[in-house]
Amino acid sequence: MSQTVRLPRRLEEIVADFELCEGQEKLELLLDYARRFPPFPAHLQSPGQLEDVPECMTPVQMAAEVSGGGLHFYFDVPPESPTVRGYAALMMAGINGSLPEEVLAIPADFYLRMGLGSLLSSQRLNGMAAILAHVKRRAAAELEKS
Amino acid sequence: MENYSHPEVLVDTDWVAAHLNDPGVRIIESDEDPLLYDTGHIPGAVKVDWFTTLQDPVRRDFLTRADFEELCSSLGIANDTTVVFYGDKSNWFAVYTFWLFEYYGHPSRRVMDGGRAKWTAENRPLVSERPSYPRTQYKASAPEMSIRAFREDVLRHLERRLPLVDVRSPKEFSGELLHMPGYPQEGAQRGGHIPGAVNIPWSQAVQEDGTFKAAPALRELYAGLGITPDQEIIAYCRIGERSSHTWFVLRYLLGYPRVRNYDGSWTEWGNLVGAPIEKGIPA
Repeated sequence: MSQTVRLPRRLEEIVADFELCEGQEKLELLLDYARRFPPFPAHLQSPGQLEDVPECMTPVQMAAEVSGGGLHFYFDVPPESPTVRGYAALMMAGINGSLPEEVLAIPADFYLRMGLGSLLSSQRLNGMAAILAHVKRRAAAELEKS
Repeated sequence: MENYSHPEVLVDTDWVAAHLNDPGVRIIESDEDPLLYDTGHIPGAVKVDWFTTLQDPVRRDFLTRADFEELCSSLGIANDTTVVFYGDKSNWFAVYTFWLFEYYGHPSRRVMDGGRAKWTAENRPLVSERPSYPRTQYKASAPEMSIRAFREDVLRHLERRLPLVDVRSPKEFSGELLHMPGYPQEGAQRGGHIPGAVNIPWSQAVQEDGTFKAAPALRELYAGLGITPDQEIIAYCRIGERSSHTWFVLRYLLGYPRVRNYDGSWTEWGNLVGAPIEKGIPA
């Protein structure tokens, strides 16, 4: 199936990487992202800037800031949840620096192309949708401000 | 151990540490998070993922008896191997795997009390290499149907007004969760619970450190809400994983003789045309 909606360039590359992997390699790739999960920036640690991402089973927090004209998202995910860390890390790598409009244009089901459906339960996959939904909510708020 | 009815099904982390190289023991990690094992696991432990390994890829059901035989053979498990289960989330999925091993008749099963979190908190070793073991010729038994409930069993149970335990969170029980904004619909058309079910979230059976509560506290918890050993009991949750945890507590820690896990659970019941549903929390 062809997709006409454009993803942010880096996110498109990441999704294409997953498409190229087969079976367990996809999980290996997700694990790579989990292993490279960046530390949460100290200057965004204050409670006023952190918001909860009500995602099933895993306590996830997010903060965002605008710099260099683009949006930057940061997540805090406990190490005992490597799958969610992997999602969050690939989202950060894929969309940070994008304009709010670009973030809002990401289709809610963009991750289906990655082909993780046979490897992860639907509830697990929903985690990716939950993260995207929250990122979009924040992008919409930024757009309203400007 | 803590006055449990069948204390032999539980082992502690010391026991596991002392049996890492015991050829008669196979350690299985089953987690909710499918990548956790790959970040490091107990030396010698093998991974059994509940979703990719224990479910049939096409039908909604568990792996078949032949698939189970193949799984055990490939993991080097013989019919007389003692299998020790552990995992994340207070052993929630470890106990689900334990339940399935009972379903296919594996005799010697243990759960490591406290699970992965306790092992990690005690700074015990975790390794990343995946072990492999010589192949066995495993023979499974016919499914042990007395520990599994199907929707017809639940309906009969309901008509006879026998006790049901809903082990989900209070908001899933009341039906509120399906209406919370921002939450993906988790596979059921309707929210609520099976009429007459008692809500006892599975996590109430464990302590802060992930180990099971002692028998007197457990007995008080379940019997206090009318779940007593003299009755037939069916436990359910969303897809049958959390309820296997409660099944384990009732069956092995408290010695209730007739407990079944309804693995279809809410994702079946909440989608069944015409099935009776109750909403809210009974006064």
